[in-house]
Amino acid sequence: MLANIFYFIVFPGFLFTAVIGLLASWVDRKVTARIQWRVGPPWYQNFVDFFKLLGKETIVPKAAKKTGFLLAPLIGLIGVTLVSLILWRMNLEPNISFMGDVIVLIYLCMLPSLAIIIGGSASGNPLAALGASREMKLVLADELPFIIAIFTPLVRIASIRIGSIVLYQQANGMMLTHHLSSFIAFIVAFLCMQAKLTLAPFDIPEAEQEIMAGPFIEYSGPPLAIFKLTRSMMLFTMPVFLITMFLGGLRFEGWSILWSIVKYLLILVLIILVKNTNPRLRIDQSLRFFWLRLFPLALIGFVLALLGL
Amino acid sequence: MKNKTVIPIGPFHPLQEEPEFFELVVEGEKVVDINVHLGYNHRGIEKIAESKTFDQMVFLVERICGICSTSHPIANCNAVEEIAGIEIPERAKYIRSIIGEMERLHSHLLWLGLAGHFIGYNTLWMWAWKYREPILELFEAVTGNRNHYAMMKPGGVLRDIKEEDIAPLLKGLNEVEKKIGMLTKAALDDPVLAARLKGVGVLSKEDAIAYCAVGPTARASGVDIDVRRDEPYAAYGLVDWQVITQEGGDVLAKTVVRLLECFESIKIIGQCLERLRKVRGEIAVKVKEIPPGEGIGHHEAPRGETFHYVRSDGSNTPVRLKVRAPTYVNLPTCKVTVPGESVADATLILASIDPCYCCTERIITINNKTGQRELRGEDLLRLCRKKTERIRRKLEK
Repeated sequence: MLANIFYFIVFPGFLFTAVIGLLASWVDRKVTARIQWRVGPPWYQNFVDFFKLLGKETIVPKAAKKTGFLLAPLIGLIGVTLVSLILWRMNLEPNISFMGDVIVLIYLCMLPSLAIIIGGSASGNPLAALGASREMKLVLADELPFIIAIFTPLVRIASIRIGSIVLYQQANGMMLTHHLSSFIAFIVAFLCMQAKLTLAPFDIPEAEQEIMAGPFIEYSGPPLAIFKLTRSMMLFTMPVFLITMFLGGLRFEGWSILWSIVKYLLILVLIILVKNTNPRLRIDQSLRFFWLRLFPLALIGFVLALLGL
Repeated sequence: MKNKTVIPIGPFHPLQEEPEFFELVVEGEKVVDINVHLGYNHRGIEKIAESKTFDQMVFLVERICGICSTSHPIANCNAVEEIAGIEIPERAKYIRSIIGEMERLHSHLLWLGLAGHFIGYNTLWMWAWKYREPILELFEAVTGNRNHYAMMKPGGVLRDIKEEDIAPLLKGLNEVEKKIGMLTKAALDDPVLAARLKGVGVLSKEDAIAYCAVGPTARASGVDIDVRRDEPYAAYGLVDWQVITQEGGDVLAKTVVRLLECFESIKIIGQCLERLRKVRGEIAVKVKEIPPGEGIGHHEAPRGETFHYVRSDGSNTPVRLKVRAPTYVNLPTCKVTVPGESVADATLILASIDPCYCCTERIITINNKTGQRELRGEDLLRLCRKKTERIRRKLEK
């Protein structure tokens, strides 16, 4: 029992994910700044921002539904913490994996988006409502290709346990380089992840120049801090999810520690590059992109996996 | 009938650095109507002008806008010169054109950056502004100021462009041209950018004429107007250049017009600088007094035609100044371009006419412990001069 609480709160749950997530956000800000010929903030900037927000006043607008408005950030935070917890436990001890845990994970990955939708709708601001409706459309768009892409390597090894895919990759090398189907699925999953992280070109729900941060517009103080923290933690957990499924998982013995970190940083930098070399799409354009381009691609990958490629 | 919501853009909004209020009436994501409310930024310039002398008025109108800060003085001087019937010296004509075109260059790059920012492409924003910086430095080297160049006066120009400045200017512009070329290619070849800009906010030729659009907004809709060619002033009738038009009328066409105009500007400046080497003489004629009468002055500002009307009663101050900035006529076109588009595009279309922003502030440094200002006016002036010296030395190398 005590061990489980430790897992949830300290490692690999909340504290660990939060610290790494905030550092990852710093990498994002720094690399972005260097691409744009700016200097960028020092490494502790995100921590300072977070603690500063914690000390600020929480304002709940009159038109807002108070419970939903204040609970929404927590829902997102719990969701992303659980995702991180399950992923790391499975990576470190593949044998405790249970049947269908990947389905649980996919559901939990939805929670932060759900939190944004609830929070945005509850805040009683037309811009927030518009942002929430955009988030809803984005989730509808990216969820289908994402699920298919995540299931592709599982179909290939005929198991729906994360533990078995980690063990399989430890024995046979990473899925990405050994199977064509997984390669296609990885591309699809990567682009869906960009949408799940709401980064450009899919930062539509919070488009600052159009709807002024959308769902977050009425948030202030600790709830905003929690939303920001959730975003940072997503920037850590989502790439880890992809690494677990396609890039051989994370291992902490000897040299593989370094290799795990390099894998994560590579994906992070790739995310940042995509973010910085694309303008924001319109919501209808991204819907079309996910359903008409990525969905068929994901299906092709899935069929290839069924054929054993 | 479906539910209609009003999405406010302004009076304070990340899209507009100046207070302007657009009411978007939306159904879901689709904009069905737009209402424009202006007048949040009234500064009484026209009234103040009546208490200034003709020379002081140029100083005043330069402060109407921080970005097209030389357009208003040129138009104003044109108007005053028309009253007095003055023909300015040839050398002054070239200098006016050089300053006017350099302003167009930096203004168009500024717009490109902002347009990038508005569609969430912050890299384009930073890069465009990075490339704009050398132009401002050239301005500082030639006129002593990054903005508000204070070069115009009725009868000519205040400062000469020196012989030794011409070579560094040409070199600097050459580099700027290369960078703009790179930027143009990168911006126009990007498929995602094209997806966002093409076919968005189309202003048809008929509408452009009906709404009296001017400048790049009109030229992107195929309306072939340009005050510089249609009513030549300064040196525009003396050099060889083209009016850029596009047929699309959408945001992409407006972007293309602006980017291609940059190259025309560089062409004009290059020719003017070459002529400056040959044309000697005065840079201003003495204006004794302004007779009673009325005068009209135009200038093709980066955003379109700037129009000044001045009336004089023979004293040393004008009795009436009327200014019409290009944004004033371009803004109503959003009545036809915005409805039917999504909210995401609406902001971009509003920005595509390049509404005027002021951005000329320098710095205030405050000592944390004493709360005193570390740098006072005179310190800033000293720092400014030092930096100008440094830029000049760098350019002359």
